[in-house]
Amino acid sequence: MRRIRTYADLQGPDRSGLDQQVEAQHERVARRLEGIGTVLAVTSGKGGVGKSLVAATLASALVSRGLKGGLLDADLNGPSAPAFLGLSRPTLEVTDDGVVPPSDGRGLRVMSTDLLMDERAPLRWREPGTGGHLWRSLLERGVFREFLSDVVWGRLDVLVVDTPPGPQRLAELKELAPNRTRVLGVTIPTSASRTAVERSLRLAVEGGLLLLGLVENMAGYVCPACREVGPLHPGEAGESIARALGTPLLGRVPFDAEAAACAERGDMEGLLSSRAGREIGRLADVVAEGLGS
Amino acid sequence: MKFLCIECDEQMHFGERQLPGDGTLAAVFRCPECGREVAMLTNPMETQVVSALGIKIGGREVPEQPFELVRGSLEGGREGAFADAPAPGPVRWSDAAVERLAVVPSFVRGMVKRIYADYARERGIREITPEIMDRARTDLGLEGM
Ligand SMILES: [Zn+2]
Repeated sequence: MRRIRTYADLQGPDRSGLDQQVEAQHERVARRLEGIGTVLAVTSGKGGVGKSLVAATLASALVSRGLKGGLLDADLNGPSAPAFLGLSRPTLEVTDDGVVPPSDGRGLRVMSTDLLMDERAPLRWREPGTGGHLWRSLLERGVFREFLSDVVWGRLDVLVVDTPPGPQRLAELKELAPNRTRVLGVTIPTSASRTAVERSLRLAVEGGLLLLGLVENMAGYVCPACREVGPLHPGEAGESIARALGTPLLGRVPFDAEAAACAERGDMEGLLSSRAGREIGRLADVVAEGLGS
Repeated sequence: MKFLCIECDEQMHFGERQLPGDGTLAAVFRCPECGREVAMLTNPMETQVVSALGIKIGGREVPEQPFELVRGSLEGGREGAFADAPAPGPVRWSDAAVERLAVVPSFVRGMVKRIYADYARERGIREITPEIMDRARTDLGLEGM
């Protein structure tokens, strides 16, 4: 058999240099993240636990406490952050440095695919005729990378990343922001949630990410009549996951119809002063302390 | 990837890239010894997988624009979502080129304009015409823009 020289044998440049192009993308992310203290990935491993609302409220509460904060809505196909914040759809200025993120009234800088679409327009990607699934996971990865590297985040104490269920975004954060990422798990009290959230947090830890702690959402409900917190879901997933993973349970947030109504109309101010919002405020105090250490 | 002319045992050089417009891509490589050319042809899926990585076969000609991937991949992006900084330099646009640019969806128009202007400036082209736009499109791989 004749011997054909190998890739490594050839000394000439690799003009395509796919690995170099990918490396250059990573460097862009790294340069942008230099200005950011902590990337706080809020994750659940399961839908329906109210993670996105916790993430948006927590980010707002952190900014209300004087921290410089950003909120990256990494739920690319189901974005919700701008609605919770009552953010309109401004024209985004593109400078040589990148895309300038809009701020809410408090100064929280936000990026979300929602800002790129008309209010009721379906979110659709230009898919190839075949291999759509493979293509889509690559594309989402690329868009998430652009949201990290191409947004003019400026100097931030914390960039809250609302991370959709599934291991991809966390794995990418491990790759792109290994030293700054901390993970905050959100669960509800039920055992089904415990299993899903514990699994996904374990995966994150095994992947080398550091946990900041856990939040138990929908931990009881606020009675609209007497404002006392009554039971809602059975279970104690918060305590149980915290014990299993040796991470602190940083807060318990009750379901609060008043908070939900505020979220519905994008009234973050009202949300923060609701019973649930005040619990997230307490969570923000603990988180802010945890970020400093 | 690299291409080897087996007969000459020489590494072939990248020549040009073309996007015929059907979703496929052609990258031409040439042997510096014997002059033989080969074209690598990728099917639409391969072409889009590579573009989803935000990378260009044959190398990048102009720098990556902010949000290049999301702007190029989102269907029906919002009118007026972006206000793009004008490209630096004294590049002129012919009337026909301006007309053609006007039919590009506004979601990507500013970025596409910037890419054409960067392309022209780097090649010392003073005026952008539809012909230059065609050339840039295939050179740069501006599929769907
Ligand atoms: Zn040859």
